[in-house]
Amino acid sequence: MEILPMKPKSLVDINDYNKDDILRILNNAAKFKANPDRDFLKGKVCATLFFEPSTRTRLSFETAINRLQGRVIGFSDTATSSLTKGESLKDTIMIVSNYVDLIIMRHYLEGSARYASEISPVPIINAGDGSNQHPTQTLLDLFSIYETQGTLENLTITVVGDLKYGRAVHSLIEGLSYFNPTFNFVAPEELKIPEKYKTFCDQKGIRYKEFAEFSIEAINSADILYMTRVQRERFTDLMEYEKVKNVYVLHNDMLKNSKDNLKVLHPLPRVKEIDQDVDDNPKAYYFQQARNGMFTRQAVICDLMRIEVV
Amino acid sequence: MRKALQVAALENGTAIDHIPPQALFKVVSLLQLQQLNNRITIGNNLRSSKIGTKGIIKVADKFFEEDEINRIALVAPNVTLNIIKNYEVIEKKKVILPDEIIGIVKCNNPKCITNNEPMKTRFHIIDKEKVELQCHYCEIKIKKEEIIL
Repeated sequence: MEILPMKPKSLVDINDYNKDDILRILNNAAKFKANPDRDFLKGKVCATLFFEPSTRTRLSFETAINRLQGRVIGFSDTATSSLTKGESLKDTIMIVSNYVDLIIMRHYLEGSARYASEISPVPIINAGDGSNQHPTQTLLDLFSIYETQGTLENLTITVVGDLKYGRAVHSLIEGLSYFNPTFNFVAPEELKIPEKYKTFCDQKGIRYKEFAEFSIEAINSADILYMTRVQRERFTDLMEYEKVKNVYVLHNDMLKNSKDNLKVLHPLPRVKEIDQDVDDNPKAYYFQQARNGMFTRQAVICDLMRIEVV
Repeated sequence: MRKALQVAALENGTAIDHIPPQALFKVVSLLQLQQLNNRITIGNNLRSSKIGTKGIIKVADKFFEEDEINRIALVAPNVTLNIIKNYEVIEKKKVILPDEIIGIVKCNNPKCITNNEPMKTRFHIIDKEKVELQCHYCEIKIKKEEIIL
């Protein structure tokens, strides 16, 4: 194994990675998908600090480490950590970084991972900081798009559902911005894409259309249909939630005239926004997408630990 | 009409002029003048040919560092600083908003790490003209009128 040249030390935000970084991660994720059981982390210990519960993300990271023959310590519930005694995040990070080679953290406070990356002597991977950033989700989305389309360039991506609060969508827009995408934004009035992302698209010369209805046109023109959950906890007004929760639901018959190369993605968990009758359609790709998370995280972990993936 | 100085003249020190009246006490707080033992004269709602009414602060025997003084630009971007020695204005300075503000502005996001850990806030100035800030940590954007010190 060789030492690679200087790279970002931690992964906090998808914008910490440029186009070359993203492509390097995706290429390495493909290598892990072909051969996931490697010994790159033999003798290394990683921490998964989940100050907020997230079974899927934590299991994906821990499996990624296990398949690289690393060891894992950590907690998945703050009830079993010193936080209940009032310990600061700084102290927790300083103590844990004494023990491990890498820290993966999810925290309910926004900016927590950035702060941890500034004080920690070991790399930090942000596995979600409140509603702010979740960069490995973006990378696994990009990997799934890259893998199924053979490219990231010049694709049409239709994103559906909660475009106002959905951080997965916001980061996907930023991550794809290097690759000349076209977006269809499909959302109810209450959950429209925020102005700042439209401004971002305008500045980057990215084409987009907005749809208030879940129209067949938005489905049939797409290479990727990215569905998201309308989350109850995002609403202060539950009446508003009740009004929109069943509006943007994908059924199998809506895919009948879609492009052959179309794939349906979803960051999961889904509730009702993709009907179960879609699951058997070969265009449904959300379960494989979740599996891709493991390979992408293997690639990110090795990248931050400066391990060359061969 | 008898022409008189609205605020007594300063022998040595700094006179901060053309402060919008509503920003005067914020400037006092930003410069932490309450902690100084120097002789300080504060006038507010004084006549100004430039801005109608204004505030003025004179601090005797005090010459501020650049980064101290540039904080003022957050609340009063058009103030003038007169550096005075022997009753003479030897230098006039404009305040310049820095690229980054550390430990002064409070983040408006209650879920930001800076509101929950004993740490300094840090903001990037993303629009110097409109005075728009972005939290380095939670990435929330804050407009001039939303700034809390």
